[in-house]
Amino acid sequence: MSALIEFRDVCKTYQMGDTTIHAADHVSFQVQKGEFVAIVGQSGSGKSTCMNIIGCLDVPTSGTYLLDGQDVGGMSRNELAAIRNKMLGFIFQQYNLLPKLTLLENVEVPLMYAGMPKGDRRERAKIALEMVGLGDKLKHKPLQLSGGQQQRVSIARALAGDPAVILADEPTGALDSHTGREVLTMLQQLHAAGNTVVLITHDNSIAVQAQRIIRLEDGRVVYDGDAHAPEAVVTPGLAGKGAAQ
Amino acid sequence: MSLMETFQMALKNIWGSKMRTFLTMLGIIIGVCAVIVIVGLGNGMQGYIEDSFADMGTDSLTVMILGRGSSRSVSEEQMYEMAEENSEYLKQISPTVSMSGSLKIGSDTVSSTSITGVSEDYFSMKGYEVAQGRGLQYTDMANRKKVCVIGQYLNMAYFGGNAVGQTLKVGGTTFTIVGVMAAETDDLEEGGTDDCLFVPYSTAARLSFTGTISSYTVTVQNTDYISEAKTLVENELYKVFADDDAYNVSSMAEMVEEMNSMVNMIIYILAGIAAISLVVGGIGIMNIMLVSVTERTREIGIRKALGAKEGAIMRQFVIEAATTSALGGVLGIALGYGLSAVATTVIANVMPDTPITVSPSLGAVLLAFGVSTGIGVIFGYLPAKKAALLNPIDALRYD
Repeated sequence: MSALIEFRDVCKTYQMGDTTIHAADHVSFQVQKGEFVAIVGQSGSGKSTCMNIIGCLDVPTSGTYLLDGQDVGGMSRNELAAIRNKMLGFIFQQYNLLPKLTLLENVEVPLMYAGMPKGDRRERAKIALEMVGLGDKLKHKPLQLSGGQQQRVSIARALAGDPAVILADEPTGALDSHTGREVLTMLQQLHAAGNTVVLITHDNSIAVQAQRIIRLEDGRVVYDGDAHAPEAVVTPGLAGKGAAQ
Repeated sequence: MSLMETFQMALKNIWGSKMRTFLTMLGIIIGVCAVIVIVGLGNGMQGYIEDSFADMGTDSLTVMILGRGSSRSVSEEQMYEMAEENSEYLKQISPTVSMSGSLKIGSDTVSSTSITGVSEDYFSMKGYEVAQGRGLQYTDMANRKKVCVIGQYLNMAYFGGNAVGQTLKVGGTTFTIVGVMAAETDDLEEGGTDDCLFVPYSTAARLSFTGTISSYTVTVQNTDYISEAKTLVENELYKVFADDDAYNVSSMAEMVEEMNSMVNMIIYILAGIAAISLVVGGIGIMNIMLVSVTERTREIGIRKALGAKEGAIMRQFVIEAATTSALGGVLGIALGYGLSAVATTVIANVMPDTPITVSPSLGAVLLAFGVSTGIGVIFGYLPAKKAALLNPIDALRYD
């Protein structure tokens, strides 16, 4: 069975004046369907670059990124948009809800761009919001909710299109530890229900909630393995040689 | 996402910032309103011109014979013959001889009255009716009788309504009044249409020592073929004179047309100037849309991350600009109609003699609406393109 996400020697370089920045330096890994993976790294480690590439918001400078067997590298912007719409559910640190729309309308947005008829997508959005426990606030605006609730709306929005991968970028970053835990529990539930979840974070204590950790440092993978192994959370520099699998 | 939904979304956004939208639309509103009022004013002026010429008879041609030395001329018999030969185009003909002799009624001298020598057909040609007595007859012409038919104004002002049988003097010659015309206008006034006097053309020609008659009025069978009729008369006269400076044929309809085209030209120029404000309005819309794209960078980023294609973003902003502009157009049309009504009332009060109705034409209204929507699309394109090309990563990070 081929992997759902496969990075083969992915490089991403940026030109900053005269210096070339290697944001991703020959990154290779695979994520199978149904896994719960955390990509961990300090700021500048290249995890955001990886997340952008996994999320099809960006394409590698060199190397290959296969999403469900399809090479994303050569796709046009519109094809990437279609892939994002169909295959990926985003959960952002800042929730990124549209403040003028109701919760229901917010959850409907990706379905709308998928071309789903109005009645169907209303129904789907309603079910998704009920799943995250906000079935009674369909007509509310995002800013009437607490941060935790807003993040639940964004989870509902990510789920509504039934994507192959749920991509969570620091989903607890803007939340207090209690609501953060709630959101993590919700991600674990999604995983338990068979979804593939990729979590991007800088925080080890959050990363260990996943099944598996991929640790990045200076654009390289320095650890890839069980989230509960002791090397997974030790000082990155020391764990550098431990990259396995 | 369907076009209808994009449109609904645009309306929602517009409704969400009413004040800004209104100010954005203002240029379009003023431009459309100005165009509509100006075109309406033009229509009103044309209507007025046509109305005032209609009672002078748009179905008639005026033929002036200037002659060519003394060698060639055309007699009234020849003219009558010509009219008869071309009866499929020409209906009736009458000589018209203007007399300049002074008119005396009793001891009063009347200088405002127009005195014209005409044939017995003239009244039916012009649609005049005789209210008292009789009209001019063939025997009056043949015998050069000194009789006349007067307008209602003279009848009322000088004869107390009982003019028939009385006399008046034109240039020293005494005429007997045989008939009185029915009033042509509601108010009888000095120098007006009803201040007139008609005598047999033969009498008039003799008294003015005019050898040949130099002016004719010809009516046509069908006003649609008036220019053909005119050409026909010109050709006939050319046969006689072989010189197109020797005669002049003019039709009232052509004069009306000429005046209309002049009015039209002025209106087009004015409307063109007004349309400049439409362009300025369009630039205003572009400006606000550019600001709006910047303000909504994050929204655009979110939408793109969630799978909006460039076309969808593009459509959203173009339709929003077009809707704003079209809405401005509708308000401008409404305001234009309102101002037209006000202008009509004002003109009626300020110049009661020239009642011009400012009436915007449907064509102008549709055009104004179309143009304002088009302006929205054109000036919305640039901001929409900018929005569509935003990089989703940068847009998501934008605060």
